[in-house]
Amino acid sequence: MSVDETTTAARSEALAHVAHKPGAAKNDPILKADHVVRRFGGMTAVDVDHLEVQEGVITALIGPNGAGKTTLFNLLTGFDTPNTGEWSFQGHSLSGKSGAAVAKAGVVRTFQLTKALGRLTVLQNMLLASPNNPGEKLGLSWLPFLWKRHEAEATEKAMEILARFKLDAKAADYAGSLSGGQRKLLEMARALMTDPTMIMLDEPMAGVNPALVQSLLGHVQALRDEGMTVLFVEHDMHAVRHISDWVVVMAEGRIVAEGPPSTVMKDQAVVDAYLGAHHDTDLGDDALLDPEVLARLEAEEEKR
Amino acid sequence: MDEFLRILTQSLGEILAPTTAAMAIAAIGLNLHFGYTGLLNMGQAGFMLLGAYGFGITLTLGGPIWLAFLIAVAAGVMFALLLGMPTLQLRGDYLAIVTISAAEIVRWFGRSTLWQEWTGGASGLQGRYFKDPFHALSFLPEGRFALGPFEYINTGSDSWFTRIFAWGLVALLLLFVWLITRSPWGRVLKGIREDEDAVRALGKNVYSYKLQALVIGGAIGALGGVVYAIPTAISPDAMGGRTMTFFVWTILLLGGAATVFGPVLGSMIFFTAYMFMRTGMRTLSEDTALGNFISTTQVEFIGGMLVGITLMCLVIFRPQGILGNKKELAFNVR
Ligand SMILES: Nc1ncnc2c1ncn2[C@@H]1O[C@H](COP(=O)(O)OP(=O)(O)OP(=O)(O)O)[C@@H](O)[C@H]1O
Ligand SMILES: [Mg+2]
Repeated sequence: MSVDETTTAARSEALAHVAHKPGAAKNDPILKADHVVRRFGGMTAVDVDHLEVQEGVITALIGPNGAGKTTLFNLLTGFDTPNTGEWSFQGHSLSGKSGAAVAKAGVVRTFQLTKALGRLTVLQNMLLASPNNPGEKLGLSWLPFLWKRHEAEATEKAMEILARFKLDAKAADYAGSLSGGQRKLLEMARALMTDPTMIMLDEPMAGVNPALVQSLLGHVQALRDEGMTVLFVEHDMHAVRHISDWVVVMAEGRIVAEGPPSTVMKDQAVVDAYLGAHHDTDLGDDALLDPEVLARLEAEEEKR
Repeated sequence: MDEFLRILTQSLGEILAPTTAAMAIAAIGLNLHFGYTGLLNMGQAGFMLLGAYGFGITLTLGGPIWLAFLIAVAAGVMFALLLGMPTLQLRGDYLAIVTISAAEIVRWFGRSTLWQEWTGGASGLQGRYFKDPFHALSFLPEGRFALGPFEYINTGSDSWFTRIFAWGLVALLLLFVWLITRSPWGRVLKGIREDEDAVRALGKNVYSYKLQALVIGGAIGALGGVVYAIPTAISPDAMGGRTMTFFVWTILLLGGAATVFGPVLGSMIFFTAYMFMRTGMRTLSEDTALGNFISTTQVEFIGGMLVGITLMCLVIFRPQGILGNKKELAFNVR
């Protein structure tokens, strides 16, 4: 048995006995959230009673537009403040912590609306993410001999990661000159520069060309195999199906289903969430993955 | 022709004038705020005025000159902390509103009768109260010196010593700013300028960096005020006014924000052109038929107006300034 198969086996073992229901308890939860509620005016964007994310696996967070996925990301990573709720990472509470503190704790996120730093070069974007750079302290900043070595090492690492994302040729270009898809890639590459324990990706594949999506998915799996925990939001069901070990489904702010990708799509709650109006439509296996079914549903939707 | 040469010489004299250096220093501070960090400080004149008061009052009360400089810098630091701590958590616009009003408050306190005993109220502090200790620092011999058409006394208000000191300070601050901004620390500032949430997501304490930039740039602005006051006087309306702040902005944007030499080049060009325009118009108004349309008193107003127009044109047509990087603009259309 190869190492890879062992880890795969260990992973399925870890999730094998987890109940297929919202808020299911995991064997080794790295992230735990309770009673997280966020209201915008009278509208409840997020109302998550309980969520656990298993360590060392890829968890997909899916749900229709406006389900509250991004808002939940913002809350968990300190970019938004909930009305109520607490959550912890590796047993340490992260509720109320700032975005920077969450990142320092090892949870790094990317944004659905990419945030490439336009007037910095691609390489500078990467170097900025390097943690514990002594040159980032004002007192040491004017003494290059104190940080030159860290810079050199970080540059080497950055170029390695950029090569993985096919951005190495662009290292000297301004990030502002990148295309939308390249920015997505840069943001993910930049997040990896921080050596996160857990990475949270908000629609990392949106706008990336299909050939590159394939290799990106491979990278994400590789990250998991190195021990990183991945939580990602994605609308592309093929991608979800392809790489995730576990799927969490949100709708209208709540978690409505959890389970392995092969079965969760068939869950009645998921079907309802996605297709609210089409209760009567027969959805076979993998119906949500089938373009024909989706096209038919769309047509029905238009007729109504 | 003679007349023209006189105007030209007078204008070129501005290149090395102490006030040009003073405004360059203020712009170096603002560059750290706006150019590198993206902070909208609309009250650099307030920092300058506070610095000048700190310097002038200390000397008037008989304090030693090193203490006067120290207090000037401390005044800038305190002002920056006071304005920055509550506002830097908020969106950028709030800093702009707070700084512009705080600078006005400083000016109004300065010109009020409340602390007239120290500040001299609306008429300000005459140079004679604080200049002597500064001139005592001079290492130049008595007398005058001429460099081409530029002849000044060696030590005094509008002197060579004042110039040497002012430009020496400019050089020192340029070196300092260059050293800190080319570092990873400077890179974090630029990252914050581009998108502070992205920087936060990478685990940097954005608030602390913004505060550091505001404090350093404010302290430099205060030093600019000191240098401005040394050859002239401390007058709250002249130095602390909004006009002063917009001059500093024009200088920075003219030279090129986020460039090391932009503030210096901007200041030199600005004051040379400003002087040329004003003396030129004044002479024309006095000596030619133009006087029928534009009186000499109107020249000042027209000059101010033209500065405003220049600032507008700059922002529209060449926002990266003279030294700015054109490549950055290719995509930076926001
Ligand atoms: N800042 C805000 N102010 C008001 N309402 C908001 C705000 N942010 C999000 N919402 C609302 O909260 C709900 C959830 O939004 P969210 O962005 O989390 O959805 P999402 O699941 O990420 O959707 P998508 O798949 O389209 O990205 C939406 O109905 C949205 O209108
Ligand atoms: Mg979203």
